[in-house]
Amino acid sequence: MGFGRMHRKEDVRFVRGHGNYVDDVTLPGMLHGAVLRSPYAHAKILSIDTSAAEAHPKVRAVITGEALAGLNLAWMPTLSNDVQAVLATDKVRFQGQEVAFVVAEDRYSARDALELIDVDYEPLAPVVDARKALDPDAPVIRDDVEGRTDNHIFDWETGDKARTDEVFANAEVVATQDMLYPRVHPAPLETCGSVADMDPITGKLTIWTTTQAPHAHRTLYALVAGLPEHKIRVISPDIGGGFGNKVGIYPGYVCSVVGSILTGKPVKWVEDRSENLMSTSFARDYHMHGEIASTKDGKIQAIRVKVLADHGAFNGTAQPTKYPAGFFGVFTGSYDIEAAHAEVTGVYTNKAPGGVAYACSFRITEAVYLVERMVDVLAYDLDMDPAELRMKNLLKPDQFPYQSKTGWEYDSGDYPRTLRMALDLVHYDELRAEQAKRRDAGELMGIGVAFFTEAVGAGPRKHMDILGLGMADGAELRVHPTGKAVLRLSVQTQGQGHETTFAQIVAEELGISPDDIDVVHGDTDQTPFGLGTYGSRSTPVSGAATAVVARKVRERAKIVASAMLEVSPDDLEWEKGRWFVKGDPAAGKSIQDIAMAAHSGLELPEGVEGHLDATCVYNPPNLTYPFGAYICVVDVDAETGQVKVRDFVAVDDCGVRINPMIVEGQVHGGLADGLGMALMQVMAFDEDGNHLGGSFMDYLLPTSMECPSWRLGETVTPSPHHPIGAKGVGESATVGSPAAVVNAVLDALKPRGVRHADMPLTPAAVWCAAQGHPFRTDLAIT
Amino acid sequence: MRITVTVDGTEYSDEVEPRTLLVHYLRETLGKVGTVIGCDTSNCGACTVHLNGHSVKSCSMLAVQADGCEITTIEGLARDGQLHPVQQAFHDNHALQCGFCTPGMIMQSIDLLADNPNPDEKAVREGLEGNLCRCTGYQNIVRAVRDAADHMRPGAGPEAERMSEDVRAPSAIGGE
Repeated sequence: MGFGRMHRKEDVRFVRGHGNYVDDVTLPGMLHGAVLRSPYAHAKILSIDTSAAEAHPKVRAVITGEALAGLNLAWMPTLSNDVQAVLATDKVRFQGQEVAFVVAEDRYSARDALELIDVDYEPLAPVVDARKALDPDAPVIRDDVEGRTDNHIFDWETGDKARTDEVFANAEVVATQDMLYPRVHPAPLETCGSVADMDPITGKLTIWTTTQAPHAHRTLYALVAGLPEHKIRVISPDIGGGFGNKVGIYPGYVCSVVGSILTGKPVKWVEDRSENLMSTSFARDYHMHGEIASTKDGKIQAIRVKVLADHGAFNGTAQPTKYPAGFFGVFTGSYDIEAAHAEVTGVYTNKAPGGVAYACSFRITEAVYLVERMVDVLAYDLDMDPAELRMKNLLKPDQFPYQSKTGWEYDSGDYPRTLRMALDLVHYDELRAEQAKRRDAGELMGIGVAFFTEAVGAGPRKHMDILGLGMADGAELRVHPTGKAVLRLSVQTQGQGHETTFAQIVAEELGISPDDIDVVHGDTDQTPFGLGTYGSRSTPVSGAATAVVARKVRERAKIVASAMLEVSPDDLEWEKGRWFVKGDPAAGKSIQDIAMAAHSGLELPEGVEGHLDATCVYNPPNLTYPFGAYICVVDVDAETGQVKVRDFVAVDDCGVRINPMIVEGQVHGGLADGLGMALMQVMAFDEDGNHLGGSFMDYLLPTSMECPSWRLGETVTPSPHHPIGAKGVGESATVGSPAAVVNAVLDALKPRGVRHADMPLTPAAVWCAAQGHPFRTDLAIT
Repeated sequence: MRITVTVDGTEYSDEVEPRTLLVHYLRETLGKVGTVIGCDTSNCGACTVHLNGHSVKSCSMLAVQADGCEITTIEGLARDGQLHPVQQAFHDNHALQCGFCTPGMIMQSIDLLADNPNPDEKAVREGLEGNLCRCTGYQNIVRAVRDAADHMRPGAGPEAERMSEDVRAPSAIGGE
């Protein structure tokens, strides 16, 4: 009972095919929607002729941007206070953009009808290369905004510029490197979709939808569509993976709602894979210029970064309002340095919106990749061992809580212990000896080290909100008369096992078996308000709320028990599952007995209402800062450029582990993501803005063949401010592993004089780098 | 066009358009929504079912091509409430998270075990190459398949899915 390895409750339905995903939802009279998309990256819309589609015998409605404009819905607000076209009216701004929406009796007819819509486009020059977006002669993408004359979105900076410049000016060694974290996509196996059902009689709108943040969606629908919030019910059923892809609101969702309002019938919209890759939230796309200053013997002193962020045609990035570059500010990583400064500039390009997704923890993937590459670049220049260089510069345990030079307060950590464990697990010294021998034989073997610090659990409402909604999260716990319980959460699992682990938290606090606790999530009519699951924030925020409600219930139970036992509450002591009289352990009442009594005619002290329930909105005092040491070992075929990951060791420290089995599964999945990004995944574009990664034929995901058997280790450094000492962990592996893989490949290529090459390190990219001709991976033509 | 198929032990006869994909027939006509769709290019394998005892990607077959065939989906595996050993092994070894690839992964694993009742890690990885998973990093899936092999009758062949009497206690807690 409580914390520890426990099989998942949710498996029962999933292994039998009895999950309930959005596309499984069928309602009486349900119609099917399909989206017509732009073939151009940038083009004026001269006319749209929908007459032939409307004449199709199975078509019930064809919706265009013009029709939406009449409802004031042609544009919708994004999570970054920009607007995004729901259906294009004036022009299209990326290939795959939504232009029209067909509602038909079945999904095949809806697709047929798309072919019958005639759109007359006048192609415009696109902005494809982010580095040219701010050129004076660059085409202006967002001419929908009056007076806008360029593609600039924002400038943001952090750290102490003057101090950083001073340290750099006096440094013995300065290493500089440009690097691209290419545009990738979270590609959850289930795409995005929704079933909207507007009941014309009651005026209530129910939306089954793939959302990681059902409550935030409900509020946004209310604000955007002008519907009263109590008349909107958002249901996020089982979700086939999210990975940040399912945080925002997509045009297809809005169109299904409008389609239901217009037809009076439920309307289902489910995108296909190409639509998912081409139009929903991408991740990364940071062009980074990094500089690192150190002494000759490898004491790191300062880091300076300039970033050009490609946000696509609409700034739809999902992040707390005051953080336009997310939490990139943690780019100083795990190191004790004197000064740091970063500048980020966001630009529009003719690509799909997004940016924050794919287990990035609000841009920490980029921050960690930057610092971990820069440390390796410095090691290359100093000809130092990269593990030794890290060990020399890691923060020490007695420095926590540590105030970083960019204003983040790391809660706890024992970094050297964790790095040592990883080095021991991988047999680092023996590997280096083997590598030396193999280098002498002309073979390319690489060992890559990465040490990361995450920052997850957004967050303190004073600093963090999304569109004005503070990032606190809720939990409600009710213990039934028979001692079984239901826990209602504002966060929303997409496979992370909340139905099991949150029951374990209650079990640990109350001594009720996790099997007797039902965890309810995803239905805004049934659950407390909160901002949902992303940024590894579930355990830090709702996990904390869950422990707090359980403790509130425990205190109520104490009063009930005191009435039952006719003693003062002060005379009672708790052991898991029961209150008993101090000094008389036999005189006690189990939580189950207390639950029944709480619902009975038992006389309770004045002011105690009876029953056994509690609610909590948890406003976290700080983020949690999990960390880890990852080491990757690769063999590179010098003739073909093929990289084989031979071994991967990952030691994660996320504080107290509620369920180690589930933590390990999270880490395995994240490591596969990181390997995929490092070696295979990219969404590239040609000079016309054609998307070259729009299907699984081109956008390559790792299979069972590319992934090695991951080897994990763990250390436990609890978060001091968290009620159960637990930190988030879901995104750690995705954050930490790309740098380990890339560092390994570049370590293998060191004898060829290769200092850096950009992800993905495909055979072609590695082969070119080894020949001394690295190329840009994000553009087909450079 | 009228087709007659046996799905999970029940015979169905339906009018279908020739262009209807088997996966849509299973999901939308028969309501067998346990079989899911993850891509549009035949890469992901989430729609894998058994056709006459062998795995196929049901997104890449027309329903009319299945006329006269016997199909088993994830929903037809458990018998009398008893999980198939591969289903049980996926649970025991924490070989699923969001659960979306799981139906196809289990169907493919059964096919793999029918061909090779005792596959080593490499053989399992090769056998599952046509099934993408975004959550597990594959490791616990590999472990589950090998665990299932230990609990299945050797040489059960394509009929392996018929096993129902295999009662056993969980053998692992998530790959501990």
